[in-house]
Amino acid sequence: MSAAAGDFRLRDGRIGAVLLTGFAFAALLAPFLSPGDPLSIVGTPLVRPFTDAAVPLGTDRLGRDVLALILHGSRTTLAVALAAAFCALAVGAAVGAAAGLAGGWIDEGLMRLTEAFQTVPGFLLALAIVSVAGPSIASIVAAIAAGAWPGPARLVRAEVLSIRERDFVMAARAIGMHPFEIAWREVLPLALPPAVALVSVIVAGAILTEAALAFLGLGNPNVASWGALIAEGRAVLRTAPFLSIVPGTALVVAVLGVHLAGEGIAARLSAPVHR
Amino acid sequence: MSRIARILVRRLAGIVPVAVIVVGGTFLLLEAAPGDAVDAYLASTGGDRALVEELRRAWGLDAGPLARLWLYISALAHLDLGWSVAFSRPVIEVIGQRIANTLLLMGCSVALAVFVGSLLGVVAGSRPGSAADRALSLGSLALYAVPGFWLGLVLIVVFSVELRWLPGGGFETIASGLTGLARAGDIGRHLALPVAALGSIYLALYLRLMRAGMVEAWRQDFVRAALARGLPRRQIVWKHVARNALLPVITMVGLQAATLLGGSVVVESVFAIPGLGRLAHEAVVQRDTPLLLGVILTGAGLVILANLAVDLLYGWIDPRVGAGAETMA
Repeated sequence: MSAAAGDFRLRDGRIGAVLLTGFAFAALLAPFLSPGDPLSIVGTPLVRPFTDAAVPLGTDRLGRDVLALILHGSRTTLAVALAAAFCALAVGAAVGAAAGLAGGWIDEGLMRLTEAFQTVPGFLLALAIVSVAGPSIASIVAAIAAGAWPGPARLVRAEVLSIRERDFVMAARAIGMHPFEIAWREVLPLALPPAVALVSVIVAGAILTEAALAFLGLGNPNVASWGALIAEGRAVLRTAPFLSIVPGTALVVAVLGVHLAGEGIAARLSAPVHR
Repeated sequence: MSRIARILVRRLAGIVPVAVIVVGGTFLLLEAAPGDAVDAYLASTGGDRALVEELRRAWGLDAGPLARLWLYISALAHLDLGWSVAFSRPVIEVIGQRIANTLLLMGCSVALAVFVGSLLGVVAGSRPGSAADRALSLGSLALYAVPGFWLGLVLIVVFSVELRWLPGGGFETIASGLTGLARAGDIGRHLALPVAALGSIYLALYLRLMRAGMVEAWRQDFVRAALARGLPRRQIVWKHVARNALLPVITMVGLQAATLLGGSVVVESVFAIPGLGRLAHEAVVQRDTPLLLGVILTGAGLVILANLAVDLLYGWIDPRVGAGAETMA
């Protein structure tokens, strides 16, 4: 049973990898696929999708090309999601490692801090940070990372706590290695990989949070963003629902791709253990 | 001391430092935001520069940061969350008016997500690897990828614009004059779509959790023993496998409380429901920082209460929890 389930998950992972590759291509090649400013007006407003070959996905209320907006929006989404995931992992790993290695009241204090961040609803925290710091790519990345770092922090701390008791760490201590060297060379290389498995969950969450912030009008107004595009379509939801549905579909496909790829990686990592 | 009381005391001791950090954090955000309470107050009442100086002295805002922090904490201790510019009223009053709507929306969404999610999880987990399991697992993954606000818009397009079955926004019909059951029915019709939007997404999580727990339970010796004894499969699924997979689901309800509250911001905004989430959005749009931080503190309080409730429920279901607390504490 588990072998069959594993095969399914590996296949799901391949589908996810294909979706993600398409997503990455769209983001990288956007300036070549649709040159020029995606926010410029190219035709009559509210052209329906699949009716005009010049604008395959139609135009929005201002007559801007929806396909160009989606292609360029994928750059914003990808950049913000990857940067936020990197920051969340870096901060989480640093806090978790410090807590696990130092122990005592430093551990206690850092864990209470982690708990406090988990107590405040992440999206409300993101709203507060963006509204205080102003909507820019940097503040949006910081806002998303602020809600995502506690997960990796707890995981890395738990790993560090189990690794620091093992024999090879004892041996390193016995030969008089400096505590920082033990942390850097002996403990961290083993404690970090499990946290990296959280990447898919964090990236998926970051894509959704970025879209939700942009949907509420808290994105950078000068760059194309899927969330902003959905909000734009909301104003004409009754007459032109496609304007919200098309970018939303892109969002769902991207997040699904991340989840599927994550499942595939998890299946690959856990496969030898189960068989 | 009874077992439940022990759990309560131990949890409360853990809550105090967390609450202090959260309050300190909101104070830092308040300090970082442009303008202070006097600016906010005078923005809604008006006044000249002399009055600004006088009020600042009177409210203690000309003192150093530590004195201001102390002032902030003592105000919070009196449930004084500051003055809302956007509503020209104390923040606590504005929040008090909105909180019930959000609690109703969240309660219904959690109920939907947990009930339907774990039920489908039992279907998927009763025969791991079957066609039903494959379909439900993939479906839940797809559902988990859907943003709540977009699902809300799609539901409006389908059920409100095309089919005209349900209202597409609001908490109840304005000035309907309905009372009692008729009013409850009206609110129910208005909440059906937002609850579906918010609940469906988290439903996927409980489905996956329940299924994973059941897959794990099938490998346990006591389940093999039950199979070997020739018990009816239905009985094994419900009494042995599903029952053991239920505890992580309950834990997740507490862990998800914060995420759900965040999700209610966008869903309430889409459906124009006057709740806490929409209040947070309004506070951001109107640059009303004290109001936004008031909502955040209230949200954190709700999350703490939800987790406390989950811990107590857990202690009630699982007699092992808290039994050895005397020696641990």
